[in-house]
Amino acid sequence: MSILEVENLSVSFKSYTDGFKEINHKVISSLSVALEAGEILAVVGASGSGKSLLAHAILGILPSNASISGSIKYKDEELTAARLATLRGKELALVPQSVNFLDPLMRVGSQVRTAANGGDAVSAQRKVFERYHLGKEVENMYPFQLSGGMARRTLLSTAMVSGAKVIIADEPTPGLDPVVIKEALSNFREFADNGCAVMLITHDIESALQIADKIAVFYAGTTVEIASVKDFVGKGEAIRHPYTKALWRALPQNEFIPIPGSQPHPSSLPSGCLFAPRCEMATPECEQAQPEMRELRDGMVRCIHAT
Amino acid sequence: MQLEAKDIGFRYGDGPWLFQGVNITLEPGEIVGITGPSGRGKTTFCRILAGFESPIEGAVHMNGAPLQKNGYHPVQMVLQHPEKAINPRWKLHQILNEGYQPDQELLNLLGIEQEWLTRWPHELSGGELQRFCVARALGPNTRFLIADEMTTMLDANTQAQIWHAIMEIAKKREMGILVVTHESKLMQRLCHRVINFNEFD
Ligand SMILES: Nc1ncnc2c1ncn2[C@@H]1O[C@H](COP(=O)(O)OP(=O)(O)OP(=O)(O)O)[C@@H](O)[C@H]1O
Ligand code: SF4
Ligand SMILES: [Mg+2]
Repeated sequence: MSILEVENLSVSFKSYTDGFKEINHKVISSLSVALEAGEILAVVGASGSGKSLLAHAILGILPSNASISGSIKYKDEELTAARLATLRGKELALVPQSVNFLDPLMRVGSQVRTAANGGDAVSAQRKVFERYHLGKEVENMYPFQLSGGMARRTLLSTAMVSGAKVIIADEPTPGLDPVVIKEALSNFREFADNGCAVMLITHDIESALQIADKIAVFYAGTTVEIASVKDFVGKGEAIRHPYTKALWRALPQNEFIPIPGSQPHPSSLPSGCLFAPRCEMATPECEQAQPEMRELRDGMVRCIHAT
Repeated sequence: MQLEAKDIGFRYGDGPWLFQGVNITLEPGEIVGITGPSGRGKTTFCRILAGFESPIEGAVHMNGAPLQKNGYHPVQMVLQHPEKAINPRWKLHQILNEGYQPDQELLNLLGIEQEWLTRWPHELSGGELQRFCVARALGPNTRFLIADEMTTMLDANTQAQIWHAIMEIAKKREMGILVVTHESKLMQRLCHRVINFNEFD
């Protein structure tokens, strides 16, 4: 049974043109993903493809001008605002992408202690700081005194002491030392091995491959592929979707060759496959309708021509 | 133009030295990487090169002379966290055009959409915001670019696109680049040589 299940999620923002015409930006559409207890799901994909917004939608912290449809279930029950109010920070924890989430007026040690649920908060905070190589003096510092990497480790600490069942980590590792990255990743693995679930949103595909079980690939506000980490080897022959293949080829350790163009803008999404304008394999058929997610070789893909 | 860091030492207040005796020379068009553990002063050192911080010991020279205090700084820096580098109360067109007016070609190279310009910073994703910081740093008088974990927030395809764009610009303008990144594979791809910051303790 999935511990967290997102089904057919859409998120849009309203905005107005100079002529007061209302435009709707659909930033997430027909998105479905599930988190299983004991598993790490890595979420990778285009910058601006809706990864952070998905995290914010799950935790109920989207801005007020966002409208949302579809369903998000935690332990088989709809995550309503009322349920979220009791679960957020306790059973569901977020490691935010922006370091602006730290309270600028509070010493970072206290921030982490406030997040600890049950037990000795001070010793929990000290233990996790030690684990992430944050010196004793750091607990008395304010966020402005931290380096980028230190701020990120503080955010990680906050989630780690919370005792949550589900951790949504939004880019937790940029700017950290390889040693600390390894520590954080093995922390996530341990956490999952204890029966919890982790959604690891990251651009660091190499790290994701080391610890995740499955990888979901996002493009233009939806999933284009869900695959086992084992499929990411060699020239990417086992990968299903053309966008995922492009991402794989563009890695510096592979060919470092990007495909041209950019993701379609949310206000002018193509009517058919969202990747069609950049896809070498596109046929007129691809422009008819947005392909559904379908099963293929033990994974899922949103492409009519994938084999 | 040559950028030279001579015997740079820095510490906050009378705390311990973060580093001392750092000597680095960057030639025009040269792409050099810096590695080393975080929190040891790589970013502070970059801030000194870009003129945001003054060294306690040593000096930064451009073509053998100390850097001018006023006017456009020829060493521009792009930081790891775009959300900390921009004014949240400005719309993006204002942020983009603060120093100079980037042309359409550059905006295309960096994949900056026209429509983003009328938005507020919090309405863009981290990676989208970062492209503005890159554009802002690539003014016509920039001689050296310091990229501190500049593309860590971007997907692999956009990362490759932006680096190819920057390398093209660097070649055309003979602009030198100092690359700080923990990603060794990226470092190997980009840099002519790599300096280990650990050596300066
Ligand atoms: N408040 C908002 N109003 C309008 N559009 C928004 C708002 N917040 C985000 N968006 C848009 O929604 C899309 C998805 O943003 P999101 O932050 O989820 O991307 P992401 O996948 O996390 O990207 P990155 O990898 O760069 O962090 C982007 O196109 C972004 O511009
Ligand atoms: S459906 Fe067509 S356009 Fe879309 S990814 Fe598959 S081949 Fe390309
Ligand atoms: Mg994000």
